[in-house]
Amino acid sequence: MDYAIQQIVNALAFGSEYALLALGLALVFSIMGLVNFAHGEIIAVAGYSVFFAVALGLQSVLGAVTIAIVMGIVTALVFERVAFRPVRYAPTTTGLLTAFGVSIVVQNMLTLFVSPKARAVPVLGPLNQTFFIGPYAVSSLQLLELAVTIVAIVALVLFLNRSLLGLAIRAAARDFSTVRLMGVKANRVIATGFALSGFLAGVVSVFILARRGSVEPDFGSAPVIKAFVACVLGGFGSLAGAAVGGMVLGFLDVAILVALPQKFGGLRDALTYFLVGVVLFWRPQGLLGRTVELGDKEV
Amino acid sequence: MLVVENLVVRYGPITAVRGVSIEVGAGETVALLGPNGAGKTSIVSAVIGLVPSTGRVSFDGRDVSNLSPEERVRAAMTVVPEGRRVFANLTVAENLRLGGFVRRRERDQDGERDRYLAMFPVLRERLDQLAGTLSGGEQQMLAIARAMMSKPRLLILDEPSLGLAPRIVARIFEHIVELKKSGITIVLVEQNMMQALAVADRAYVLSTGTIRHAGPAAELRADPRLADLAIGGH
Repeated sequence: MDYAIQQIVNALAFGSEYALLALGLALVFSIMGLVNFAHGEIIAVAGYSVFFAVALGLQSVLGAVTIAIVMGIVTALVFERVAFRPVRYAPTTTGLLTAFGVSIVVQNMLTLFVSPKARAVPVLGPLNQTFFIGPYAVSSLQLLELAVTIVAIVALVLFLNRSLLGLAIRAAARDFSTVRLMGVKANRVIATGFALSGFLAGVVSVFILARRGSVEPDFGSAPVIKAFVACVLGGFGSLAGAAVGGMVLGFLDVAILVALPQKFGGLRDALTYFLVGVVLFWRPQGLLGRTVELGDKEV
Repeated sequence: MLVVENLVVRYGPITAVRGVSIEVGAGETVALLGPNGAGKTSIVSAVIGLVPSTGRVSFDGRDVSNLSPEERVRAAMTVVPEGRRVFANLTVAENLRLGGFVRRRERDQDGERDRYLAMFPVLRERLDQLAGTLSGGEQQMLAIARAMMSKPRLLILDEPSLGLAPRIVARIFEHIVELKKSGITIVLVEQNMMQALAVADRAYVLSTGTIRHAGPAAELRADPRLADLAIGGH
């Protein structure tokens, strides 16, 4: 029983992180139709910013968290302005290739100008403490991940449903050119989407740094693959789907890890993706995605 | 109020609009008529800035040719697009709120909304309903009310009768007359020539991207060449 509760907490923590990652991807995709594979490099730049700040003498956890989040937002905005805006009206594949290009360039720059090796960033270690609730050993980081994810999703939902700019973002997700006919500046909607996505990337960067205690050039690329899978699983284009997809993926990951004998632990990802494939065979549009057929009345 | 000079719209090798010039005076209702493929929607898209074009578009004496669509809307031009294009994933109330985006800092947003809910009472009953679940006629009413929320001085209606039952079309045209009486300048883009001419003061008749006829609506209604255009398109 204790073991099961422990694993549920693990799954919730994993799922929270995937949900945050997937929401970052889904936000940009829903507005621009762009799968931003450079999202991982936003996470990496946020992580390296903390590394540099620590090298310059930063010791405060709050300071490190602030730097990661601010740099996540700034990096996302810079990517949008420099790389994605010029190809905004180009075919989807151009945007996708641009995202891969940005990802490769940033990873190589970090490798060349910083180091190909992992660099220690211990400043966020205090976020990851183990304590006991009754008989259960709980990681403060896991609880933090769950709490922050819940707060971030609630804040995002409130923003998208209550604010005028949030409404514009939701409308732009369906019909970008008609939103412009409402007098909403296209650049503003897209920049806001990227800024929100960068904020989420900054938060994820804090969590990964706190867990690993180090940063390396491909710091964000593996998590983004998971985020992509979570988005597909939840239904690409659906923000709720991204959150649900992330959570389900977290539970699948942990369940498989628990079920597999230790010597087959390396098969975790392969099995997870196989199960995702099975789910998509059953629901090709994802768990919360819409089925759209030619001639459908738009609802 | 609106002056379009020598407008040309190209999509790759295809020229959809070939040197069209149009003038619309303040308070006038001017119809742009023509069959499918005449270039009407391309003219609307170019006038509001959604597609690139050459030529000159002036509004209230100001050259707006280089302004973005959102800047043109801020200058008090607006379009009810072809096919309504309501935001299906937002409620009726949210659609109207977004329609007033450029006037968001003004206090009397509710008053403005009430004015159009009085004009289209069915929308008041459906305020919390998703716009995508409305009937075609209701969506058209919502699209008009949403456009009016920005307090435009020029309203361009692109094919408001498209895909609607004759009874609903008649009601939509009644509302257009009502708007006309309020003094707003209207450009009415229609395939339904006779119905549009009954509402308009003047009209331009287009075919294959050029103006074939222009003149007062009453004169054009009696012109037998219009029937040929409506059927043949040339």
